[in-house]
Amino acid sequence: MGMALAAPAAAYLLVADNSKRRENFVEAGSLAQLKIGEPQEVSFERTRVDGWRNFQEKSIAWVVRTSENNVVAYSPQCTHLGCAYHWEQSGKQFVCPCHGSRFSIDGKVLGGPAARPLDRYPVQVENSKLLIGSEIEKA
Amino acid sequence: MFRRLLDWLDDRTGVESAVKHFLYEEIPASSGWHQVFGSVALFAFLVQAATGILLALNYSPAPVAAYDSVRYIVTQVTAGRLMRALHHWGASLMIVVVVLHMLQTFVWGAYKKPREATWIGGVVLLLLTLAFGLSGYLLPWDNRAYWGTVVTTQISALAPGAGPLLVRLLGSDGTSIGAITFTRFYVAHVQLLPPLTVLLIALHVYLVRRHGVAPAPEDEYQPKKKFYPEQVAKDTIAIFGWFAVLMGMAILARVPLGHMADPTDLSYVPRPEWYFLFLFQFLKWFEGPLEVVGAVILPTLAIVALILVPFIDRGKMKAVRRRAGAIGLAVLAVIFWGGLTARAVTTTPESREMDMSLVKPWQQISAGNMASIGFFRKAQCGSCHVLGKSGVGPDLAVAPSSRPADWLEGHIRSSLKVPGALTDDQVKMLAAFVSERSVPAVDAWQNAPQNAVAGAVVYQANDCGSCHKLNGVGDQLGPPLNGVGERHDRSWIEQHFADPPKYSPDSIMPPFKFKPDELKLITDYITAIPR
Repeated sequence: MGMALAAPAAAYLLVADNSKRRENFVEAGSLAQLKIGEPQEVSFERTRVDGWRNFQEKSIAWVVRTSENNVVAYSPQCTHLGCAYHWEQSGKQFVCPCHGSRFSIDGKVLGGPAARPLDRYPVQVENSKLLIGSEIEKA
Repeated sequence: MFRRLLDWLDDRTGVESAVKHFLYEEIPASSGWHQVFGSVALFAFLVQAATGILLALNYSPAPVAAYDSVRYIVTQVTAGRLMRALHHWGASLMIVVVVLHMLQTFVWGAYKKPREATWIGGVVLLLLTLAFGLSGYLLPWDNRAYWGTVVTTQISALAPGAGPLLVRLLGSDGTSIGAITFTRFYVAHVQLLPPLTVLLIALHVYLVRRHGVAPAPEDEYQPKKKFYPEQVAKDTIAIFGWFAVLMGMAILARVPLGHMADPTDLSYVPRPEWYFLFLFQFLKWFEGPLEVVGAVILPTLAIVALILVPFIDRGKMKAVRRRAGAIGLAVLAVIFWGGLTARAVTTTPESREMDMSLVKPWQQISAGNMASIGFFRKAQCGSCHVLGKSGVGPDLAVAPSSRPADWLEGHIRSSLKVPGALTDDQVKMLAAFVSERSVPAVDAWQNAPQNAVAGAVVYQANDCGSCHKLNGVGDQLGPPLNGVGERHDRSWIEQHFADPPKYSPDSIMPPFKFKPDELKLITDYITAIPR
């Protein structure tokens, strides 16, 4: 009897729910506004599934145009413990104010406690418009 | 008569004998002031329970609603701000007294045989107290709560093996937190932790009674004392002192409520409560793959070591002054804790957050809405449309107007007491405002001070919003104006209008030559808008 209760209870608490999270791409401005090699904060409307709530919310990505037609979009939270980091123009690096993790412009860890490179949003470029996907990809 | 009633009650329930048994318990002759902390900790728990229940009576446990209800408690409920402050500072002061209790027990060696179980129960109670702190931290759902808890859930993700399961248990998806994490923290804080804590306190007190208060070596040769009245008096005085400090802090030290939790607010730097700051600083020492050591392994080892204390130190009871090792360890721990905390305070200053519970609705709505309120007042619409009462015209504060826009515009034009008092654009804005106004705008409509409203009219007339963003509305050619009053002083702002490049060299802002009264009004208005 104990097992009959404990097993579903464990599954209830620990297994991810089965709500569908579908990737959808939304427009986040034109490529023209981005200069090559200069990270920029870009905001876009992202669909988020949060338990029983399913809603649009403003999201932020750090977007870097790496060449004429290539763009990467980083999730704005440090991969250490999730604080919001910022771009430091003087040192040409992303810096997290919480525990001092540092990342290069291509997302690699330069120093500090972070163990993996910056997480990314999937991006697409269509007719020189930038499209950002809704599901974060862990590096 | 009264005696007979008591005798009857005692015969049927045993309550009087139980109280007597409790009060006349024998305690060692060496007992005294150093043993008051346990009673104070128990009292602190009762204060938290009482204030917690009272807060819950006005609290809505869901994201967004939680923030609004806490705001309601501190701005509108009678004594609500005091109640929240008592609960907030009560938590901090409970940590203080629980740690003092533990340090005393440690230094005096009161954990020794046969009191090992009492000590372990105490360590678990300390962890429960910290769990209360962690789970309660999220409940106001402001930026501090949100970002602090993002870090907490991500630390749990580092646990070797169990990380992903823990994250799921805390209802996070690994990067952000939302409704599920919130609900689980709430349930932990009000439904799981309290009964567990009550149970453990009961067990802890039972064990203290079972083994008696720990004696010192010299007690063997001295007659025992009774718990009542001497020790009871000391405990009571200590409790009274603790409560006086709490009341003083609750009255004098404001507990801020920040902006509502905003996952896109990248400017917020989270910092944990003061009693977790040492861990926060400790984490900075570990890089890359070593982070799990600082975040999970060492803290876990520290807890295990704490539990094992009575099995490591198994010697006979010694007088306190001869326990140099224990005293040294306790002093080292305090220095370690204090040093890390001080370092965290100096290297990561707290994000300067506006106390939003002090901000009025009119400071949060768009300049356009504020200007529309100005048009309403300027055209004296309020002489027929009395807000909050039914007058000659309908009360516009009750519900938005359902008339079509062209009807409203015609109505406003034909009702102007001074023809031409409003321009065509102003009539259109006012018509749109009465049919679409938000809840805070209605509050502002009735309560905003006239100088701010008039300042917003100047703001609107000069089209400041075509370059500047204010309360989320406007373009971003120029800097956003929220919080400009904190960044610059008043005379700087006033002089800046007339000659922008002189004050900020790269500025492309054209000069604005205001009349003195307009200059005062617009400066009043923009400097009142919080960050």
